[in-house]
Amino acid sequence: MVQLNWLMELSAAIFAIGVAGFLARRNILVMFMSIELMLNAVNLAFVSLGSRMGTMDGQVIVFFVMTVAAAEAAVGLAIIISIFRNRETVHADDLTLLKW
Amino acid sequence: MTIELVVGAIEAILMVLIGLHLSIFLLYFERKGSALIQDRVGANRANITGLGRKLGMPNLGIINTLVADPVKLFTKEDFVPDGADHFLHGLAPFLALFPVLITFAVIPFGDTITIAGHTFNLQAAGINAAALYLLATIGIGVYGVALGGWASNNRWALLGGIRATAQMISYEIAMGLALVAVIMTYGTLDLQAMVRSQGGVWFGFLPRWGILVQPLAFILFLTAGVAESKRIPFDLPEGESELILGYMVEYSGGKQAAFMFTDFAEQALTAMLLVTFFLGGWQVPWLYRDGFHFPGGHFLAIAPLAVSILGVIAFLIKVVILCAFLGLVRWSLPRFRYDQLMRLGWKGLVPLGLANVLVTAFIIVATGGAH
Amino acid sequence: MPLILFWFLATLSVVAALGVVLQRNPVHCLLALVLTLLTIAVLFIGQGAVVVGFLQAIVYAGAIMVLFLFVIWLLNLPVETGSTGRLAAKLLGAIGVAALLAELEVFWVPSHLQVKAAGHVAGYGAIDALSQTLFSEYLIAFEVTSVLLLVAVVGAVALARRTTETEIQQRPENSARPEKAA
Repeated sequence: MVQLNWLMELSAAIFAIGVAGFLARRNILVMFMSIELMLNAVNLAFVSLGSRMGTMDGQVIVFFVMTVAAAEAAVGLAIIISIFRNRETVHADDLTLLKW
Repeated sequence: MTIELVVGAIEAILMVLIGLHLSIFLLYFERKGSALIQDRVGANRANITGLGRKLGMPNLGIINTLVADPVKLFTKEDFVPDGADHFLHGLAPFLALFPVLITFAVIPFGDTITIAGHTFNLQAAGINAAALYLLATIGIGVYGVALGGWASNNRWALLGGIRATAQMISYEIAMGLALVAVIMTYGTLDLQAMVRSQGGVWFGFLPRWGILVQPLAFILFLTAGVAESKRIPFDLPEGESELILGYMVEYSGGKQAAFMFTDFAEQALTAMLLVTFFLGGWQVPWLYRDGFHFPGGHFLAIAPLAVSILGVIAFLIKVVILCAFLGLVRWSLPRFRYDQLMRLGWKGLVPLGLANVLVTAFIIVATGGAH
Repeated sequence: MPLILFWFLATLSVVAALGVVLQRNPVHCLLALVLTLLTIAVLFIGQGAVVVGFLQAIVYAGAIMVLFLFVIWLLNLPVETGSTGRLAAKLLGAIGVAALLAELEVFWVPSHLQVKAAGHVAGYGAIDALSQTLFSEYLIAFEVTSVLLLVAVVGAVALARRTTETEIQQRPENSARPEKAA
C-alpha cells in the first residue's frame, strides 16, 4: 500500500528540483523544462490526493493543468523563437534590455 | 496471480513472434511480391549450394530474403558518424522499435481459450483503456525517428527526420479522430470488448463488422496508419530518390535492421489495428461459441477449443491479407509532395474525422445508445 | 500499486529530474524530461487515474515535448560549455530549494496529512467518470480552456511568424515620401 506522504514527498522533491533548475540554469529552454517539471510535480500531488479521497476532482484539475501547460508551452516557445531571431541568444543573462 | 503473469508473458512473446514473422512476410512481399506486380523476376541470385535448383524452385528467392538479408544486416560494421552523439545514435533505433513492439501486446488475437480448466484471454495485456494506450505508444514512436535524424550529424538525415516527425504528429491527430469515432460506436476503450461486440449478424446474414458501421473511419484510419508507418505514398522522410534512406542513412548493421524492422512492424501493426477495429478482429462470420450458425438455418457444432483456434487463424488470415493490400498500395502509388502531404493531413483528414465524429454522435443520440 | 514498482518509479523520476537540470546538452535534458513524464504517467495509472495517465503520455510526452525538440533544433542550440550560471545564483538557489523542501516536509508528516481515505468506486479513473465530472461540474472551465487553446494557437503563430517583405514595406517609416528641399 503506497502511503500518501511518500507520494507527496516525491512530488515535493521533483518540484524542488524544478525550482533549483529554474534558478540555477541560464539557458532559457532548460528553464522552460524546469517549469514543466514543476507543473508535473503538482499534477502528481493532485492525482495522489484525489485518489486518496476517492473523488475525480484531482484528475479533472490535472486535465486542465495539462491543457494550460500545453498552451503555455506553445506561446512560450514562440516567444523564445522571437527572442532568438532578434537577439541571437538563448542565454537569460544576455536579455538585459529592461534593466535599469 | 503467477499463472496469469506466465500466460501473459507467453502471449506477449507470441505476439512479438507474430509481428516478427509478419515483418519477414512483408520483407518477402517487398522483394518478390513487388516483382510480381512490376512484371519482373526480383531477387533470385543468392544461393546455398544450389539448394533452390535442387528443390525444383529456383526463382522463389527465399534464400535471398530470408537468409542473406538478415545475415548481411547483422554482420555489417556498426559505425557512428564523425561528430555525432554516440548515445543518441545508439538510442534512436531502440526508441523507434520499442513502442511498436509493446503495442503488439494489447491486440486481441483470439477469444478466450480454455485449456485444462483454466480460461485464458488471448490478449497479452488486457488493459481497460487500450485505445488510449495505442495513441500513447504511437506518440512515443516519434522520438526514435526524430533523434535518428538529428543524431546522425548529417543534414539530409536531419531533413528526413524533421519531415518524418512533422508527418507523424500530423497524422496522429487524424488517426486519433478516426479512433474516437470507433470508440463512440462501441462505447468502450477495451479492444477485446470491441472485437466481441463485432460478433453477431445484421439482417440475418451480414456480419456485424466495424467497416459497415464506420466506413469513413476505416478509410481515415487506413490513410493515417500508412502515413504513420511512413510507407509509400507517404515515404517522404525516407525519400529514396532524394535522401537515400532519409533519417536512416547514417545507420548500418544491426541498428539499420532495427529501423527496417520498425518499418515493417508498424505496417503489420497498422494491419492488425485495422483488422481489430473494422474487420471483426478474430471473429469468423457466423461462428459463435458453440459452432457455426449459417444464414440458411444450418448449424454446425464445433468444439470450443477449435472455435478459439479458428478465431486465431481468422485473425492471422485477415492481417496477412491486409498486409498484402498495404504492400500493393506501396507499389502502386507515387509519393506525395510535402505540401500535398500536409494539406491532406490537416485540411483533408482532420475535418473529415471531425465530421465523422459529429455524424456518429448524432446517430448515437438519435438511436438512443451505442450501436 | 506494488511497492517495489513505486520505489523504482520514484527513484527513476527523481534521477531523471536531476538529469533535466544537470545535463549540458539540451537534447539530453529533453530526453530526461520525457523519461520523468513517462514515469509520472505510470504513477498516475498506478493510483487509479488510468485515463489521465495515458493522456499525460499522449499529450505531454508525445506532443509538447516534440514541440520542445523542434524548437531546440530550430534554434540549433549548442552543447553548453563553460559555466552554466553565476555561482551566487546557484548558492542562493540551493538555499532556497532546501528551505522549500524543509517546509514541504513539515506538511507531509503523516500526522499532519488529515486526508480522509476513501475507497475507489467502481470505474474510478475510467473515461466515463472523468467525462461525467468534466462536463457537469467543470463545464465552464472546460469551455474556457478550449478558448484558451484557440488563443494560444493564434498567439503562437502570430509571435513566431516572420514579417514578410510587403509588411516591412507597408510600415510608415519605409513608405515613399516626397523629398523636401533642404
